[in-house]
Amino acid sequence: MNEETMPISLTVNGERVSRRVSVRQHLVDFLRIELGLTGTHLGCEHGSCGACSIRVDGALVRGCLMLAVQTDGSEVVTIEGLDATGEIADLQAAFVERNALQCGFCTPGMLMTAAELLRAGARQTRAEIRAHLAGNFCRCTGYHAVVDAVAASLDRRASGDGNRV
Amino acid sequence: MKPPKFSYVRAGGLPQVLELLEANGQEAQILAGGQSLMPALNMRLSQPKLLIDINRIEALKGISFEAGQVRIGALARHVEVASSPTVRQYLPLIAEAMVHVAHPAVRNRGTFGGSIALADPAAELPACALALEARFVVASSEGRREIAAADFFKGMQTTARRPNELLIETLIPVRQNRISVFLELARRHGDFAIAGLAFQLLLEDGMVADGRLAYFASEERPTLGLRALAAIRGQRLGPATAEAAIAALAGDLAPIANAQASAKMRLHLQGVLTRRALAAAHAKSTSQPRTP
Repeated sequence: MNEETMPISLTVNGERVSRRVSVRQHLVDFLRIELGLTGTHLGCEHGSCGACSIRVDGALVRGCLMLAVQTDGSEVVTIEGLDATGEIADLQAAFVERNALQCGFCTPGMLMTAAELLRAGARQTRAEIRAHLAGNFCRCTGYHAVVDAVAASLDRRASGDGNRV
Repeated sequence: MKPPKFSYVRAGGLPQVLELLEANGQEAQILAGGQSLMPALNMRLSQPKLLIDINRIEALKGISFEAGQVRIGALARHVEVASSPTVRQYLPLIAEAMVHVAHPAVRNRGTFGGSIALADPAAELPACALALEARFVVASSEGRREIAAADFFKGMQTTARRPNELLIETLIPVRQNRISVFLELARRHGDFAIAGLAFQLLLEDGMVADGRLAYFASEERPTLGLRALAAIRGQRLGPATAEAAIAALAGDLAPIANAQASAKMRLHLQGVLTRRALAAAHAKSTSQPRTP
């Protein structure tokens, strides 16, 4: 069978992108290989580790579990986009402050996932934060510092002392 | 790994899907949420010739209540089911179960119909469907038919759906005065269960008048605890009743063994959950308002 391809047109981090893609190429390979956006990491490539977490049409998804061809007409935001807009500048600062990463491989996925909690706005218990992050593996930190950083950002935002975009 | 080569069709409507299924049968795979199919493709456990993407078919979406039953469209995503006021009001069992279904990013894509059609033994929703006496509507180019949950799940990821049929919606009757309890054990929140149950009980004057005790993550398909139910029918809920149900459970379940748990351990854990669930049902019957 020949490699089947299709044209797609979508928005990635606010910019219009049109490409012809192989229908079997998953979204993360498209972002990394075709667009050079290597902030989105591939760990397990079967939806267990969460390193490839990105935002598609406003919802957090596993990038390795979507085909690029499925995002025709969609709006995709990666860690590069989240960084550029400053949406989670406070969370990033909290990660640095609390040393919530060591090797950093899981960090883009952790930030993308935690960004959903920050967007929701409400204070969360540590147990709730852990449940929300349970789909993201970290092999370095033991999670404690990650939960600390997310909790600190949530608290600061709830007390009106959080991010200003 | 990367998915194998396949052809891809972004279906524009139901008739197109049914035509493609008719023409390609078992060579085709339906792509809904993709949260189980995509891993299977990435690992090359599945190698379909054709992928039929149904994500843009509006007719398969939505959750509604009408004429005493809740309709859950096949494409209703887990996040929608989990936050649906209709589900919370009429199907508290499913509302309880949704907390355990996967991780946030997976819930945003995964669909109700996908979970039912895949019929993974460790999945929550097939067990809920069995406990709630759901009916599944499947369509082919020849027409539609309904399949009762009790007849639908045949074995490990095997159902009564034929290769030319598409699951289009689930219909769940809303019953009066039922108490529901959902419990599961998993090693990590959101992971596949190693034991779990979905109970629906009718209590009259404090006695168990009827119910459905569905167990999952132990057999190759969700399984009713018929002997366990018989052991508690007509009884008042309490510690002694729970022990009778647990003793009878050994006659209902013959759990599978895998890397996560032995058969003996699973049967033990289902007993532990049964004890907790009946205690929870008793507590609910004395404190909480029941389903409408």
